[in-house]
Amino acid sequence: MALLQISEPGQSPAPHERRLAVGIDLGTTNSLVATVRNGIAVVLNDREGQGLLPSIVRYFRDGRTAVGREAEREQARDPRNTVVSVKRFMGRGLKDVVHVENSPYDFVESPGMVQLRTAAGVKSPVEVSAEILKTLRARAEEALAGELSGAVITVPAYFDDAQRQATKDAGQLAGLNVLRLLNEPTAAAIAYGLDNAAEGVYAVYDLGGGTFDISILKLSRGVFEVMATNGDAALGGDDFDQRLFCWVVERAKLAPLSAEDTRLLLVKSREAKEFLTGHGEARIAAPLSSGETVDVTVTQREFQAMTQPLVAKTLGPTRKALRDARLEVGDVKGVVMVGGATRMPHVQRAVGELFRQTPLNNLDPDKVVALGAAIQANVLAGNRGAGDDWLLLDVIPLSLGIETMGGLAEKVIPRNSTLPVARAQEFTTFRDGQTAMSIHVVQGERELVSDCRSLARFELHGIPPMAAGAARIRVTFQVDADGLLAVSAREATTGVNAAVAVKPSYGLTDAQITQMLKDSLDHARGDVQLRVLREQQVEGERMIEAVEHALRDDADLVSAEEQGVVRAELEALKKTLSCNDHRTIKSAIERVNRVTEAFAGRRMDRAVKRALAGRKVESL
Amino acid sequence: MRLRRELQRLNLDENHFQLFGVPARFELDTGALEERYRELQREVHPDRFAAASQAEQRISMQLATRVNEAYQTLKSPLRRAGYLLLLNGVDPEFETNTAMPPEFLADQMEKREALEAAAAAGDREGMIAFSSELRLEQDALLARIRRQLDTSDWAEAAATLRQLKFLEKLGEDIAAAEERMES
Repeated sequence: MALLQISEPGQSPAPHERRLAVGIDLGTTNSLVATVRNGIAVVLNDREGQGLLPSIVRYFRDGRTAVGREAEREQARDPRNTVVSVKRFMGRGLKDVVHVENSPYDFVESPGMVQLRTAAGVKSPVEVSAEILKTLRARAEEALAGELSGAVITVPAYFDDAQRQATKDAGQLAGLNVLRLLNEPTAAAIAYGLDNAAEGVYAVYDLGGGTFDISILKLSRGVFEVMATNGDAALGGDDFDQRLFCWVVERAKLAPLSAEDTRLLLVKSREAKEFLTGHGEARIAAPLSSGETVDVTVTQREFQAMTQPLVAKTLGPTRKALRDARLEVGDVKGVVMVGGATRMPHVQRAVGELFRQTPLNNLDPDKVVALGAAIQANVLAGNRGAGDDWLLLDVIPLSLGIETMGGLAEKVIPRNSTLPVARAQEFTTFRDGQTAMSIHVVQGERELVSDCRSLARFELHGIPPMAAGAARIRVTFQVDADGLLAVSAREATTGVNAAVAVKPSYGLTDAQITQMLKDSLDHARGDVQLRVLREQQVEGERMIEAVEHALRDDADLVSAEEQGVVRAELEALKKTLSCNDHRTIKSAIERVNRVTEAFAGRRMDRAVKRALAGRKVESL
Repeated sequence: MRLRRELQRLNLDENHFQLFGVPARFELDTGALEERYRELQREVHPDRFAAASQAEQRISMQLATRVNEAYQTLKSPLRRAGYLLLLNGVDPEFETNTAMPPEFLADQMEKREALEAAAAAGDREGMIAFSSELRLEQDALLARIRRQLDTSDWAEAAATLRQLKFLEKLGEDIAAAEERMES
């Protein structure tokens, strides 16, 4: 008989102890579940032999749900209760949702995330996503004949903290043990890299149903190191359907459509788009509920011309990712194409032209993400085999910052930092005896807080009362391997832990997150000028408060004449604060500085004497 | 427990150089640094502990965070130089000390004006030439700071580092201007 075997964590247990783990691609249009069987990643099919589950959930009056193909079939008949592309609403407020007026849903605004009123009641996007995950979980447990020990769920690399948290919540709601949130392009890189024993720099271009990601990875001796990532969290195949739909409406000169007809024509547009990948033209014919009949033909050339701007929108983020990775096009050894939308010939062509090479398509672009997630899940669950000594190092896609005075965002953790990452920042109190302060955490690249995505407001309570500026509150921002942020705070001089209360923010507009990087460039110049101005205004206000305070406390140290001069300069400074020229404010501050220099020196002397007087002799 | 062993070996009081087992000087074998980084992360990364206890997961995250921080500091010549200064008790005073040699400042001012002119004119060639000139200047300063750090001339090294910071900012502005041109 064999010796007693002890397996350490991270090593493969005996075969009968194998833990059942799956990778789930929770997509905008379709979702999949995959697992590793006998060392090979496979997609698990449903009873009809289908791997792709349409990410569509229909709610019935009795609370029952239909998920997938069944919901898809009836979507044009019951658009209000049939939720498609719910991924676009994850972690988003009502004002973030684009084309609200064209959506058939009955939206309900609620703190943090938009909700939908259905026949079965009000549902949050997290609940809708959980229905999809539950269906996949049931499929996997049936196929694997056992309970799952864990799952890896993929998210777009460009998802922010709120969207990631919502995805993880959905997994938990579906009864899954979420081992990790894995970035979709990284998952694809694992599946591709391990399959091809690839080494060198690769780009993963992932155009899904509703999101676009570009990741640049370095593959080296079993380490997958993401060097930079970029993207657009609201750009995908859906937008191509929408363009074609609008073109059809215009071409057929249709009157405003009902929700049912809108959904019907969108489905027809999508089918035509897919048909055009392999054919020169497609016919869109459908009888509408209005009695009209649509019958138009679109050529591949026409379709490509109308959607070329969407393709072009992916190239900017791609160049930026390369620049952030400090690489040139020539350094990239291969470009892996992921997502059903990359099947379109003009997408392939544009990517090929940018990278000056033929993109790699040897893995099914619909399945490669789920396969990579399955490989990762298998290893994370503890089924690490002999050849599984690889490691994944991913990054945070968008900078994390905090709001400082004047509505400016100060970056705490820059984008593309390797995870996990932590940064500590020290804050102080503004007023004597202050016991609470509020910290606003934002995500994005722009300089003004109002242009970044608001993640949360933290209120710190229980700061020991001290003189203004004496308390030193150390706030630590920790981002874990899932890309999720946690904040803790501690007052450094007394060691008191300040309590942290989190208020989830109402999100900003979707357009903002997608535009953030682009705008930060367009507006960089204006931002900088505004920033300088605000800094001077804040500095001026601080100066006025400090000098007035000093004049009250140590009035005996200034002569009446000196006081008159100081007050005159203070008044002059106050007047400059409302002007728009930072140089004027700056020179007024300098004048106040000059006339208070001697006074400040005398105050300092007094303070030193006071401090010495308070100490015991032996400590000197 | 593997993590415990790793914890003992990875003394958290070690400085970044000790953590990576490389000599505490400016000159650095980047290949060895990268290699050691991968070795360390292979041991401590949270992916290795996804099925472990919560306590172990937390320790693993802290260690991996620490390794990342050390690696980023040592990998960048500027951050490495600043870190060496701090280890030797010298504050580089990026925020407070803005004293620069007048000729350096005059040169910087000229460069900024040239950059703005090239950006306004959409002069791509000019920008590229500008970047390579800047790189040469940075290389010269890096060679200088290496000498200063090797001979423990901390105050001089700090002054050189402040100039390098200036050039780094200029480099970022060039990159931003290039991006604006593209979009």
